[in-house]
Amino acid sequence: MTTKSIITREFKTVSGISGPLLFVQETRNVAYGEYVEIVAQDGSVRHGQVLETSFEMAVVQVFEGSGGLSREHTVVRFTGEPLRFAVSTDVIGRMFNGSGKVIDNGPPIIPKEKLDVNGSPINPKSRAYPTDFIQTGISAIDGMNTLSRGQKLPLFSGNGLPHNEIAAQIARQAKVRKTEEKFLLIFAALGITVDEARFFINSFEESGALSRSVLFINLAQDPAIERILTPRLALTTAEYLAFEEDYHVLVIITDMTNYCEALREISAAREEVPGRRGYPGYMYTDLASIYERTGRVLGKLGSITQMPILTMPNDDITHPIPDLTGYITEGQIIIDRALHRRGIYPPIDVLPSLSRLMKEAIGQNKTRDDHRELSDQLYYMYAEGRSLRELVAVVGEEALTERDHLYLRAADRFEKEFVSQGRYEERSIEQTLDIGWNILSSFPESELKRISLNTIQKYHPSKRSRVS
Amino acid sequence: MLKQKLKFGIIKKVVGPVVFAENMENITMYEMVKVGLDRIIGEVIRIEGDNAVIQVYEDTTGVSPGEPVEPTGALLSVELGPGLLNQIFDGIQRPLTFLEKESGFFIRRGIYPDALPRNKKWHFIPTKKAGDKVVGGDILGYVKESPLLERHAIMVPPQTKNGLISYIIEEGDYTIDETIAKIDCGNNNILEVKMVTKWPIRKPRPIKRRVSTHLPLITGQRIIDALFPIAKGGTAAIPGGFGTGKTVMQHQLAQWADANVIVYIGCGERGNEMAEVLERFPELKDPRSGLPLINRTILIANVSNMPIAAREASIYTGMTIAEYYRDMGYDVALMADSTSRWAEALREISGRLEEMPGEEGYPAYLSSRIAEFYERAGRCEVLGSDERYGSISVVGAVSPPGADFSEPVTQSTLRVVKVFWALDTSLAQRRHFPAINWLTSYSLYKNELDLWFVKYFPNWPNLTKEFMQVLQEEEELIEIVRLVGPDALSEVQKLILEYARKIREDYLMQHAYSAADSYCDLKKNYYMMCLLSYFYNESKKLVGNGVQVSKINSLPSVQELGRMKFIPNEEFEAFYFDLLARLKEDLSSLALGVKS
Repeated sequence: MTTKSIITREFKTVSGISGPLLFVQETRNVAYGEYVEIVAQDGSVRHGQVLETSFEMAVVQVFEGSGGLSREHTVVRFTGEPLRFAVSTDVIGRMFNGSGKVIDNGPPIIPKEKLDVNGSPINPKSRAYPTDFIQTGISAIDGMNTLSRGQKLPLFSGNGLPHNEIAAQIARQAKVRKTEEKFLLIFAALGITVDEARFFINSFEESGALSRSVLFINLAQDPAIERILTPRLALTTAEYLAFEEDYHVLVIITDMTNYCEALREISAAREEVPGRRGYPGYMYTDLASIYERTGRVLGKLGSITQMPILTMPNDDITHPIPDLTGYITEGQIIIDRALHRRGIYPPIDVLPSLSRLMKEAIGQNKTRDDHRELSDQLYYMYAEGRSLRELVAVVGEEALTERDHLYLRAADRFEKEFVSQGRYEERSIEQTLDIGWNILSSFPESELKRISLNTIQKYHPSKRSRVS
Repeated sequence: MLKQKLKFGIIKKVVGPVVFAENMENITMYEMVKVGLDRIIGEVIRIEGDNAVIQVYEDTTGVSPGEPVEPTGALLSVELGPGLLNQIFDGIQRPLTFLEKESGFFIRRGIYPDALPRNKKWHFIPTKKAGDKVVGGDILGYVKESPLLERHAIMVPPQTKNGLISYIIEEGDYTIDETIAKIDCGNNNILEVKMVTKWPIRKPRPIKRRVSTHLPLITGQRIIDALFPIAKGGTAAIPGGFGTGKTVMQHQLAQWADANVIVYIGCGERGNEMAEVLERFPELKDPRSGLPLINRTILIANVSNMPIAAREASIYTGMTIAEYYRDMGYDVALMADSTSRWAEALREISGRLEEMPGEEGYPAYLSSRIAEFYERAGRCEVLGSDERYGSISVVGAVSPPGADFSEPVTQSTLRVVKVFWALDTSLAQRRHFPAINWLTSYSLYKNELDLWFVKYFPNWPNLTKEFMQVLQEEEELIEIVRLVGPDALSEVQKLILEYARKIREDYLMQHAYSAADSYCDLKKNYYMMCLLSYFYNESKKLVGNGVQVSKINSLPSVQELGRMKFIPNEEFEAFYFDLLARLKEDLSSLALGVKS
């Protein structure tokens, strides 16, 4: 009763074409979500998915776009199956286009499994809470907004900011220390330029990461609707490699803003009631179906960590794309234009940045026992320094007390010494924390209220014997 | 056979979670149906002639027109009975532990296990005997459901009037499907009572009457208990942008609120957050009994990538379970995180139905649905011939887009709830948690509950009033500092700023993850307020005599106020008297210094 015969059915009854959508008439028995092949007049094959189906009509979204399709000569082939992607460990070190075709001139993939690209939700009961510290080698992240295995932590950036460099640096340096486990990078490019794509590929090649990565590349010139598919292919691959083959997978997706634009395009073509700023009302749920495919599962060795990158239109964090993302992801790393202008790399503003899973990923046996207190104190110091900067702008330096000057200077040092680092500089967590201590040592101990006396005794530079 | 087949409907159209079917003449509104060859569960949400619109509780991929729709004759219901506590369900009450066993860590489609364990035996102790007269809501007996809920009442079904117990089983161990009593309702109508019953989720369970909400729901969170308290049976909303700590707040309330039963609904939120609750609650101990908190908790998890229609149902599933425990005479606290995601589910389904949209695409009935939901909260006299009281307190998180509180979900919620805990992005960025903004939040229960607090803590209302005033004054003084700099302030004003700073940092800030600070009992709360107020009022006298605020501030006992939140509840009384004495000594030594 529950098994359906898989029959391919062909129709030549396209009645309308609107944006990326095909309207096919008299389709009966077409299933919702079914994978579709569309044969154009010139014989080229595109693929698509059923968005709506009824006795009279099926609505098909065409991933390659509808350019060049005509009503008369288009053949629509319904496959009776959801869209699947063929995976095996063969995909490691390979490059695919945005719809999963091999584009590196290598041999075809010999599949071990063909998986539904939409995946299934992970049972919340089966999830293991992320607790393993990932060292990215970047102080502003490791020290202040720690990333852990199984977390989804996006970079919120803006046009013209160095988010790609930061992502590439994280991809180069990310590691879980003291382990020799299988680590893998999956990179999904959505509508980025050829230059950007080349930058990433070169950077992976240089560091040797390319041989342990899987690349899905949809460029700016490629079909926009394909971007709906690309992250799902990447995550299907990630799920296979993490939960079947025990890899620890880091998924970098850039740029999610382009994904949301594609979503809006389809919604507009379907004449749906728009939500905020023309984005569809279901964008939260749709984004969740990507971001939530992250995590660890009880009883499995592998894990999926996700780092999506998005450029905030007009640097506006209340724009629906960053806003909905922030509601789903476990924190955010904010790339700040003002810091960038002042020449600080990486220009990460630690104050509005947040890692929700930090508390479980740091401390004794994970990073170091002083990490929590130190980062609290640094955070307090920097926030205080920043608000004093605003005060100085109004009332001038003269009005400040000696204590205020200490905070102002420390905030400057924090940006120049702690946040700032080289593009190829990889700092261990100990180095990061020690830089923090150095900055704090300019304060009298009575100002270090967030650090216990024990911790000060153990780690304060003035108490530690200087063994080099 | 043929007759039955005729009753089946036929799918006409599939759009995401919404299915249109024809040939459905005998269907009722909100009837549960089985959709397609996989027989996945759906619910009728609109009827037009022979056509029905169905929202489907699982992914509809692969469902096609022409497949059958099977009516069930029943409304979408939940199972109620012993075995609910300590469990985790999805939005339509499927036990996730069972799904895990059945389909592994990915949730597969079309598995519908029983919500409650069938083979487990419960020890039933009857409290009524054959021949007793009963009405709906009367308690027939008890079973011990969990260490934190010793008396799970087995009740006469609500609709029963003038019943006579013709048979009741003796004390012993029974499964939930065994008949434990027979009730003669007259006219040869014999009602068989089992431990398990069903109730449709969209229909509130009946009560005798609503009563006043004059008891506080003690949460152990200082800012809530003191400044913006919620009553048992009250309603509260926590709106806040992302990262403001809505979920941590909800977790804190679920952990520490002094309710008998907690229903926690993770509605369209993160999977890892539910994993955190599942990992932490079995370890966390109830501050009153010392037993693991999971024993009084029911979790409903329909995270953001689980089917959207089930998300819509999840809050009703949770509410019906809450009502069931209320009917036994318990205080239940229900947390819904987040009601915005539920509203978005409404919006999505409404959009698929091509309904005329209201504000921001939400359906026009959004605010009436929200009001209906919060109206199911309250403190009431429950059904039964004895006098029993139960309550449901509801705390709903709201996730306004762009942290803009003028959006429809926040506004519709604020119209019906009586407590507003406004979470503030700028406080959160300063890492001031809980990030409840003290100037914009309010509680309409405050005056009524002060009558309760004053019985145990005579100065409670005065202290909280003083705190609010000082915080208000601080706001005005900060404005002056911004304009003309700190030098323009008098010493008295500086003292006010210092007092306000101490209230904010040493009192209002509370560390959810610190063992000593996470839960602050009322006594500690009160003593902390007393100490701070003592510091201020004594210092005011000194400042009047020309002592500088900086000098007062450097006193060791004054400095120690900053540490007091980390003193455990049980040690606090001793600490209070000790610190008070030292404050007295230190401050009077300064006073002497002035005189000499």
